[in-house]
Amino acid sequence: MPVPHTAFAPEATTNRALRAFLHGLPGVDEVGARARAQDLSTRSVKTTAKAQAIDLAISMVDLTTLEGADTPGKVRALCAKAAHPDPTDRTVPRVGAVCVYSDMVATAVDALRGTGVGVASVATAFPSGRAPMEAKLADTRRAVADGAGEIDMVIDRGAFLSGDYLKVFEEITAVKEACGTAHLKVILETGELVTYDNVRRASHLAIRAGGDFVKTSTGKVSPAATLPVTLVMLEAVRDHHAATGRHVGVKPAGGIRTTKDAIRNLVLVNEVAGPDWLTPDLFRIGASSLLNDLLMQRTRLSTGTYPSPDYYTLD
Amino acid sequence: MIFEYAPAPESRSVVTLRETYELFVDGAFTPAEGGEYLTTLNPADETKLAQVAVAGPADVDRAVAAARRAHETVWSRMPAAERGKYLFRIARIIQERSRELAVLESMDNGKPIKETRDVDLPLVAAHFFYYAGWADKLAHAGLGPDPRPLGVAAQVIPWNFPLLMLAWKIAPALATGNTVVLKPAETTPLTALAFAEICQEADLPPGVVNILTGAGETGRALVEHPGTDKVAFTGSTDVGRQIARSVAGTDKRLTLELGGKGANIVYDDAAIDQAVEGIVSGIFFNQGHVCCAGSRLLVQESIAEELMPLLKARISRLRLGDPLDKNTDIGAINSAAQLERIRELTDTGEAEGAERWSPACDLPQSGYWFAPTVLTGVSQAHRVAREEIFGPVLSVLTFRTPEEAVAKANNTPYGLSAGVWTEKGSRMLWTAERLRAGVIWSNTFNKLDPTSPFGGYKESGYGREGGRHGLEAYLG
Repeated sequence: MPVPHTAFAPEATTNRALRAFLHGLPGVDEVGARARAQDLSTRSVKTTAKAQAIDLAISMVDLTTLEGADTPGKVRALCAKAAHPDPTDRTVPRVGAVCVYSDMVATAVDALRGTGVGVASVATAFPSGRAPMEAKLADTRRAVADGAGEIDMVIDRGAFLSGDYLKVFEEITAVKEACGTAHLKVILETGELVTYDNVRRASHLAIRAGGDFVKTSTGKVSPAATLPVTLVMLEAVRDHHAATGRHVGVKPAGGIRTTKDAIRNLVLVNEVAGPDWLTPDLFRIGASSLLNDLLMQRTRLSTGTYPSPDYYTLD
Repeated sequence: MIFEYAPAPESRSVVTLRETYELFVDGAFTPAEGGEYLTTLNPADETKLAQVAVAGPADVDRAVAAARRAHETVWSRMPAAERGKYLFRIARIIQERSRELAVLESMDNGKPIKETRDVDLPLVAAHFFYYAGWADKLAHAGLGPDPRPLGVAAQVIPWNFPLLMLAWKIAPALATGNTVVLKPAETTPLTALAFAEICQEADLPPGVVNILTGAGETGRALVEHPGTDKVAFTGSTDVGRQIARSVAGTDKRLTLELGGKGANIVYDDAAIDQAVEGIVSGIFFNQGHVCCAGSRLLVQESIAEELMPLLKARISRLRLGDPLDKNTDIGAINSAAQLERIRELTDTGEAEGAERWSPACDLPQSGYWFAPTVLTGVSQAHRVAREEIFGPVLSVLTFRTPEEAVAKANNTPYGLSAGVWTEKGSRMLWTAERLRAGVIWSNTFNKLDPTSPFGGYKESGYGREGGRHGLEAYLG
């Protein structure tokens, strides 16, 4: 008689079961993971492939502003940019979403109505995640009530590093419930998890708890989205799909500033997780300055000359 | 969505091919006395690249005499620091011309530009830099207070890493004060001839390096020539045996770097994604034309079911095609003869009961190509588990316990390389201690470095190349 795989059943979720599952995952060899990411970053993506990659990357950008100094005016300007990244060229696709703090969601929803651009909100006491659970849930509910279609939550890294995987798991499931129909992206803050073994474990924990996306970083901690970290996360969603048939997305965020960085990420998606993931539904890039570089490279590719940065709007 | 990489060919314009190449003897390019030429092809499309002189016995005499003269009158008398300067100069010129040499190597050999650019050429330059540094420090090599050069070295190299094997042979020989007569492989002579030009450019004294092109007969004449003091050979075990016989009874020193059937042992606690990478680079690096290839995968039976789909998915993503395309992972097989051998052995594996698998893969119409292939259900008794295929063909065997892994890994007439994949340090050391192989890679594969000695046990040859140990082969 087959033994039921109780570790997968939510009702049987205990810290001991989670620990056994996560610590039973194959390790990640740091040198090997770096070498693979480096090897893939030598792919040469030119001409038609580059044009395709640039438009795909634009459509995957979560155009982000997460500053203490954010104002409704700043958010509205960002939304205009998100809907029409290049006002002079309507063939440029719109970005995937605009990503703001929860108190700016209403402003963003209003500004983006009818554009097809999504609104994502960071929540759960972003970026540190150090707040009472009630506050994290209230933060989430407010953003969802104001119309956010995507919630970017942070995990409790302290709990994860202390081995309290159940706490991390339960927070994610609770936030997921508070999200209702909104998509949940789970930020692992890999710069604080440090090892690739931790990245793999945290990815599987977030996926298992119901996250729709796993996201590398808040952008407030360095290092943020490095290629090996994204590689390890892509392996996790690939393996989860192979085991369960469910697709979970990946979002590197922080430090992706150039077209070259973005294309390297797309190559990683293509060759590690596979072409299924080459859609804004399953891969996003959290960035702000990246968009203008993509636009400049797009113009360069179609006209043969680099335009001055002054031709691109700041936000 | 399909993300198809557009063609990204490296330009051939950096390479200027001559129609005809002569022998490089005593500092100058001179025709062979027999007037015979052979043609070297681009294995990717079977186009003719150039014709190359075939050296006969009279040419070997000339070259050995020039090398002897250079050794006695110039090279062995020169202050060691001066010898080092020449080697540093050669290393720098190689770096300056590395793009040209990488393209030329890919054209003549069929290996992808990604490898010649990122592996072969950096290692070639590194080898010359490394041994250049040794030239004036030989008294500190642990080989006595005043080790002396042997004299003239006859060196015969294979076609799989043409310029790198040249570097492995020439750099330590020159650093230790020997002069050389080198024969590159019949199918890949062009980078050795480009190296001859580099020797001229570096003002290397005439006769210190002599390059004789030709086929097996030229090689035989060279290794059997009574005027040399040392024979160094890298190639097949069969030819190595013949050379050992011909050198027996002479006072020549001999080093042989021969075949292999490397075991790549994957334990159940291995970092599985990196192990998959290591298996792939172990056997598909350079189309498997690697003597230290991990051609036998020994995977612990308890994870075979989990590992094989990951491995096959990874192999399916390998890009086979134009060696000069920067995104090509698998290039062409070097020659029609080698392709035939790979086909024959792989068919034998299937006939003996192994299950054969290759990814869906379009092979170009012209040229010599073989799809990456995995043979599963292989047992120790199969020819494909015992004989070197020297192509992109992986034989997969399973084991149950560490003892069985080691016993199977060592159950081969060869002993050149092995790889071990485990996250457990004690098991890594336990295994490495028991493997009879010259190179053992821990959680990696096919990593080469000039500071590290390389060579085999058993029928994989004797002597070491590289590192401090590599000096010993050229000092008396």
